Amino acid sequence: MPITTTHYILLSAALFTIGVVGVMVRRNIIIIFMSIELILNAVNINLIAFSQQLQNGIGQVFAIFVIAVAAAEAAVGLGIILAFYRNKETVNIDEMNVMRS
Amino acid sequence: MAQAIAFYFIAACILGFAVLVVSTKDTVHSVLFLVLDFLFVAALYVLLGAEFLAAIQILVYAGGIVVLYLFVVMLVNLKRPPEAHSDPHRRTMLGFLLAGAVLVEVGAIAIYGFSQPAMVPVPGAAMPVTGNTAQIGWLLYTSYLIPFEIASMLLLVAMIGAIVLAKREL
Repeated sequence: MPITTTHYILLSAALFTIGVVGVMVRRNIIIIFMSIELILNAVNINLIAFSQQLQNGIGQVFAIFVIAVAAAEAAVGLGIILAFYRNKETVNIDEMNVMRS
Repeated sequence: MAQAIAFYFIAACILGFAVLVVSTKDTVHSVLFLVLDFLFVAALYVLLGAEFLAAIQILVYAGGIVVLYLFVVMLVNLKRPPEAHSDPHRRTMLGFLLAGAVLVEVGAIAIYGFSQPAMVPVPGAAMPVTGNTAQIGWLLYTSYLIPFEIASMLLLVAMIGAIVLAKREL
């Protein structure tokens, strides 16, 4: 059975779900950020699989934009984690409730 | 046949390392599994004929972003593991159920697409260049020039924001 685009989409769906489980279940905010990177990778696999199916490079161009946004998100998010850790000495999201009245 | 074997091996490695990233207790180990996961995703890109994206994936993700994560994990020296304190109101099962619902929904969309007639290839506008990297460069500097410039502005803003956040006082 040849490998079709559906195989790649199912792989991408499984990777996306693993990322969603990480975001929902873990309490360490660094692990949650890594799960978001996994989700963005799943999206990229989808875009490139469709790019190969449709025989044009536009999907790959959008994957480059996704990678650029992921790099920006990682830089700002990790800056927020460091700033929060300096003030509260924790990376547990259950203890991040300073904005809860 | 060789392509099928390569696909199933790479897919098993991607999913296995992703599960390890999410489930490992030690955060440093989790970051190292994330590197392996990104490398296998790059291998999948090569299998899909996107060599330039594979190089970008290794350079930006496995080389840049993961080093950033490793720095933060080392800076945030945890004397007590973050999983020790747990909110009694936390609903872990609900998280698993929601993730399962996402998997069912996305999988149903994929299976539904499989039952539809196959998409016909839509070749883009005729490009004066051949080869994966040259074609992506041609697209980025003609049709997608303005999004490309906006992405560079976004990176500049993110860099300034990260510096402002990480400085102790301005």
